[in-house]
Amino acid sequence: MSFMFWILAALTIAGGLAAVLLKNLVHCALAVTVAFAGLALLFLQLDAQFAGFAQILVYIGAVAILVVFAILLTRGSETPKKEIGVFSRTWLAGLVVAAALFAVLSWAVLQSAGGLSQDDAAPTVSVLQIGQALMGRYVLPLEIVALLLTAATIGAVIVAMHEKEDSK
Amino acid sequence: MTPLAGYLLVAALLFAIGLAGALTRRNAILVLIGIELMLNAANLNLIAFWRYGPHPEALTGMMFAIFSIAVAAAEAAVGLGLVISIYRHAQTTDLDQMNRMKG
Repeated sequence: MSFMFWILAALTIAGGLAAVLLKNLVHCALAVTVAFAGLALLFLQLDAQFAGFAQILVYIGAVAILVVFAILLTRGSETPKKEIGVFSRTWLAGLVVAAALFAVLSWAVLQSAGGLSQDDAAPTVSVLQIGQALMGRYVLPLEIVALLLTAATIGAVIVAMHEKEDSK
Repeated sequence: MTPLAGYLLVAALLFAIGLAGALTRRNAILVLIGIELMLNAANLNLIAFWRYGPHPEALTGMMFAIFSIAVAAAEAAVGLGLVISIYRHAQTTDLDQMNRMKG
């Protein structure tokens, strides 16, 4: 367990907690960006350079920007009124479910930790190998993902398009 | 504690935080942020298992994580488009007030 891992883990968890707990939605979006950046650094710490940089490009570059746009378009930046609060009526049940899930997952991880193989040699994977795998063995999933992204983009535009005035 | 267990614990905690956010917040955009956190926690698991697994040169976990990132981006686009569409229709993103399927 390196010292760097604990710093990055603390940064990521703090970003995630702040994203869930803060009241102002714009602050939440910034906090979740911190969590995404922490995760990208954890990927780099795991010698997965390509996935780390893809995480930075996709999440910080695209998803965080999309979230900020959606918040501003829906006027979510206004802090909600004090008496309503930011949590739903059934927040206690949700919290119990999440805590129970974490308890089960961490119990499972700690129980099985000894049986997991520990290969400490860092794998040397170049971007060339990743590209060749994407063009060779994984070419069909790559094409399907391309189709999915096209369909999702068109679908998102159609869903969010202006309704016709006479249909109201 | 082994390094792999550390990464798995961080991913489990992040998944629980995302689940708590998705289940307890009343704003639809915050629910989407919680879902993104959960997807990211799963990606961290995939990458950690790839790094400490027996055959990292096969690239399986890395590829799964990359495809998962692509699918998550598509999910975010469609989800936020839906939120904006609902906001235009109902003038709210409060999930407690969205309790009718009739338009």
